[in-house]
Amino acid sequence: MSFTKKQNLLFILLLVAMVFLFLVNISLGSVAIPLKEVINGLFSQEMSKESWEIILWNFRFPKAITAILVGTGLSISGLLMQTLFRNPLAGPYVLGLSSGASLGVAFIILGTGFLPTFISSIFLSNYGLVVASSLGSFLVLMAVLLVSQKLKDTMAILIVGLMFGSFTSAIVSVLSYFSSAEKLQKFTFWSMGSISNLSWNEILLLSVFVLVGIGISFMVIKPLNALLLGEKYAQSIGINYKKTRFLIIIATSILAGSITAFAGPIAFIGLAVPHMAKLLFQTSNHLVLFWSTLLLGAIVMLCCDTIAQVPENDITLPINAITSVIGAPVVIWLLVKKKRF
Amino acid sequence: MYFIMTQQNFTIQTHNLSIGYKSKSEMITIAQNINLNLEKGKLIALIGENGIGKSTLLKTITGIIPPLFGKITLLNKSLQSYKPLDLAKELSIVLTEKLPPSNLTVYEIIALGRQPYTNWLGTLTDEDKIKIEEAIALTEIQHLVHKKHDEISDGQLQIALIARALAQDTSIIILDEPTTHLDLVHKATLLKLLQKLTHETGKIILYSTHDIDLAIQMADELIVFTPNQIVQDQPCNLIQTGIFNTLFDTEHLTFDASIGKFKIK
Repeated sequence: MSFTKKQNLLFILLLVAMVFLFLVNISLGSVAIPLKEVINGLFSQEMSKESWEIILWNFRFPKAITAILVGTGLSISGLLMQTLFRNPLAGPYVLGLSSGASLGVAFIILGTGFLPTFISSIFLSNYGLVVASSLGSFLVLMAVLLVSQKLKDTMAILIVGLMFGSFTSAIVSVLSYFSSAEKLQKFTFWSMGSISNLSWNEILLLSVFVLVGIGISFMVIKPLNALLLGEKYAQSIGINYKKTRFLIIIATSILAGSITAFAGPIAFIGLAVPHMAKLLFQTSNHLVLFWSTLLLGAIVMLCCDTIAQVPENDITLPINAITSVIGAPVVIWLLVKKKRF
Repeated sequence: MYFIMTQQNFTIQTHNLSIGYKSKSEMITIAQNINLNLEKGKLIALIGENGIGKSTLLKTITGIIPPLFGKITLLNKSLQSYKPLDLAKELSIVLTEKLPPSNLTVYEIIALGRQPYTNWLGTLTDEDKIKIEEAIALTEIQHLVHKKHDEISDGQLQIALIARALAQDTSIIILDEPTTHLDLVHKATLLKLLQKLTHETGKIILYSTHDIDLAIQMADELIVFTPNQIVQDQPCNLIQTGIFNTLFDTEHLTFDASIGKFKIK
């Protein structure tokens, strides 16, 4: 299927908006860098102030790249979940992936008090957290996958995901009850989400995971379209349902798991962005939705981050608060309007 | 000589077929010794009481569940040996259940019928588009193609889904209770359409139904599913055998052979 004229126009608009927001995101913050200087800095690497260069290359640029990776990855995984589960409220959270990640991180931050100091310091390093949260989301994924082999009904898998979520948050509560205020604060900061402070090495690693996840998602565009008719019709037109479901779950867990590991649990992006794409493009064709969700995911995350860093001010708001403030009303509005999802 | 000719005409056959469900601990047989011959260009109705196993039979014939015993051949080849994609080119289905919520238009639904033939991205070729237009023309739904699937009535959606099955370009279409949610006018329209399609395109169309009197009037053959036997024949022959009186296990109904309808006692 090729794109219509209107869709092509929208794509160009979104692309322009994304590039513009990318530059604005880099330019704004506690220290404002003029847009012209940002462009100079990015392309000719010459800026009028050395401090700007440091801010650009060490803070703003990596953060903007992270925002794009996080926004696109979470949004695509949300799109896959919504079609697979035939549920407009599905997202990477529903599978319990981020709860699993939280559990892993909670064990490390809150649970290491029981270990000798020299061992706990190894675990508490940034990489320790990444490994723990990836492991946590991966374990929950494996559990969900195991259960899903026994269940034919996708709605049941959704409920299983929710149950894993409650289960892990219960354990996190117990752990918090027994831990010190200092550790609790550290865990709370992680759970508020953050896309700054990623080193270039971490960004490289994250982008590999996100690209693999998005690559797998691109491969299932045709089966996703078939799934719009429901599981039985999809099988009757030659789709291997089990294989498709496996690919979708793998792609989602790679995306959600790696992003949560590096940036903390970021709420609502995975849920709200696919709906924005569906509303804007008025289609269910996943070839269109794939590209529009990618672009909108990057745009929304760049927007949220620009707001979160509060231009001309020293404070930085938790990114999770901003995504929720934007995402929650969008979801409520969608439900009230009862639009076709 | 006669034997060879009939062999070519048969498109789908069952041989000593037993249907039911198998789990690790037990085997539930619903019916056994089923021998059916579904021939080209025929509209065939499957009738029987609620819960007797019509859906199980349809699911077995469409390859969704495996047979317990015996075998099913499609174009003289075992159904089990078909790969999903190859089966999709020979056999299409139309179900009663509602579609999941989406923005799909009627045209897009019909176009999805071309999935067995399209590339990995689902790009429609000129040939695909011709097949889609043919399906739209045969079902006469040109005025609906740009509507979203939840903007049209149940009857129109049924017909759109039949158009999708036509676009799939298969030799067999199997419909599960296609007339269930329709009023009498739309039932008649739909059955007329199915009759026209079998006679014009040479397809086998098998559908399950509870509208026995309509099936007697419209179908070329009936498959009557009773607790004791499964019989396939032409409606007039079946009426003579009196099998309709054994169809339902009740004292409240009797079959009037002279008008081909059930009466309440």
